[in-house]
Amino acid sequence: MEFRLTEDQHSLQRALRQVVTDRQPSWQELTEVGLFQLRVPEPEGGLGLGLPEAVLAFEEAGRAVLAGPLVGTEVAAAVLGLDGRAEVVRVPARGPVLVPELPTLDHVLLLHPDDSLAVLPAAAVDAAPAAAVDPDRPLWRLDGTPPPGERTPETRRVAADATLLTAALQVGLASRTVAEAVAYARTREQFGQPIGAFQAVQHLCADMLARAELARVAVYAAAVSGDEVEIAGAKLLADDAAVHGARDCLQVHGGMGFTWEARVHRLLKRAWAWEQAGADRERCLESLATRL
Amino acid sequence: MQLSDTTEEADFRRRLREWLGKTLPELPAAPDPSDWPGRRAFDTAWQRRLFDAGYAGIHWPVDAGGRGATPSEHLIFLEETELAGAPYVGANFVGLLHAGPTIATEGTPEQRARFLPPVLRGEEIWCQGFSEPGAGSDLAALRTRAVRDGDAYVVTGSKIWTSHAEVADWCELLVRTDPDAPKHRGITWLAMPMDAPGVTVRPLKTLAGTTEFAELFLDEVRIPVANRLGAENDGWRVTMVTLSFERGTAFASETVACQREVRELARVARANGAWEDLELRRELATLAAEFAALWRLVQWNVSEAAANGVPGAGGSVFKLRFSEARQRLYDVAARVVGGEALLEGAWSAQRLQGLSYTIAAGTSQIQRNIVAQRILGLPRGR
Repeated sequence: MEFRLTEDQHSLQRALRQVVTDRQPSWQELTEVGLFQLRVPEPEGGLGLGLPEAVLAFEEAGRAVLAGPLVGTEVAAAVLGLDGRAEVVRVPARGPVLVPELPTLDHVLLLHPDDSLAVLPAAAVDAAPAAAVDPDRPLWRLDGTPPPGERTPETRRVAADATLLTAALQVGLASRTVAEAVAYARTREQFGQPIGAFQAVQHLCADMLARAELARVAVYAAAVSGDEVEIAGAKLLADDAAVHGARDCLQVHGGMGFTWEARVHRLLKRAWAWEQAGADRERCLESLATRL
Repeated sequence: MQLSDTTEEADFRRRLREWLGKTLPELPAAPDPSDWPGRRAFDTAWQRRLFDAGYAGIHWPVDAGGRGATPSEHLIFLEETELAGAPYVGANFVGLLHAGPTIATEGTPEQRARFLPPVLRGEEIWCQGFSEPGAGSDLAALRTRAVRDGDAYVVTGSKIWTSHAEVADWCELLVRTDPDAPKHRGITWLAMPMDAPGVTVRPLKTLAGTTEFAELFLDEVRIPVANRLGAENDGWRVTMVTLSFERGTAFASETVACQREVRELARVARANGAWEDLELRRELATLAAEFAALWRLVQWNVSEAAANGVPGAGGSVFKLRFSEARQRLYDVAARVVGGEALLEGAWSAQRLQGLSYTIAAGTSQIQRNIVAQRILGLPRGR
């Protein structure tokens, strides 16, 4: 057992962090660094890496709160061999079917509750724009009955990988909330000292870190094992780390956290969006219960 | 990132499993928890079997008589012994996991030769005299006094939370030798024979109704200077070096046990109808995810420790999440078993015992302080 990053994985993480976090890259740049070709076999022009490397890359994307159809494009290329921009959209148990960034997409990978998959040309999808809460993730509402899909071993892989990569985004986002909260708590002064010197604030931050770190190893381990139930557990913990982390980050920012310009709200709104992407909480819990 | 065993690890695991399969059926029944002499005999006999099979002091260095196993092998040992239902380390805990490693690192050749072999062979039991009524989380505030008198220290004071004191041969004792020095610099580490005149042991009954701990009252106890580990007033550092022995394996067996308990509770819930309660079912599912992740965190910390020598930030994060998840597990158990939770039994005993987990070995509040100040770098308050 050597459950830690290899030297190559460390290098990949550092390189991606430079590209992704230090400057907001364009879609073209993300494509050029190979974010969507990581798992595509080398003979087909990809990097021939595995799920653990993809998870490390998506963690960085989450830390940078990148916009765009990241997960679907990667999964379409790696699992289905489809080029172009794609997004995985789950038909939820309740409420509308929402497709992010529809006009920019080439494919919509529509997953039904039974994991059957309909691969649709985006241009053929009948949908209307809807006013989204997350300003960086516009949504379209699907009209009519979602077209039926098929179940194959590949469609199960699409479902599991989309859930895992979304969990990786959430882990990155959760770490970002810790960093933002700590940075603010160290500089903001009240009662003559940084608010981060008060234990009430310290303990909030400590819990944020504990949730993020536990979710991180859960996501890494699920990437190594590839097990569907372990992936469900990792998504559950990653969603909690990101959503709860963003809430606490907002709390640490006090009144400023409630403003539009402080941008903390963008972390929370994205965490809410990613919570519903891939397998949502109910689905993860039922998956875990089935194994018990 | 690799979760599977190497060839050597798989081999180690297979041999251990074979040995456990052969040995465990030969063990006598575990004694009643209130039977201290019986517990000592049971625990030391198990330690002797481990010694004879080459598994004693598995993580101790070879030159201290240990097996010198890698942290991964130590983890396999803890996992397999738990899965097989082998006895816990029990009364051998302090000797094997704290006093022994401290002596192995800081002791003179004579001290190592005197104290280490009996621990490995299951012949001598150690207890820990660190905490005092006035020195808990703030351990360095301890006040038990030691005054030099010729070739001995004369020690007076009291200690608390001392596990296995009733059956211990030795106590690793922290005493204040310089009351005028800053609090961390006036402390000395002594090995105290528990049968020395002036030592009184008073069992302390816990809220679970058991006597897991004792108070120690020390009245002018004479301890030879030869029993001092390290220099006078250097006891704080001597004690802290043992932390460097921590390889991320703390609570590893318990994490395996909790995963088993969640599955057991799901079985109980299916049998008694509690499984139909959506909320309970999802609580169990959440706990399953958390303990699975905590086991992965153990594997991560052990791997980091194997590579870097220290488990890094993971220890406090693990302790914080594990102790709270475990308490929640027994609260969920109480809801699964219904009225049984108000009767004495296995689940109610676990629930009561569990109340100590966010207090013992560093309270959750202290763990949060450590995470916030040492890992996140937040400033100390005024």
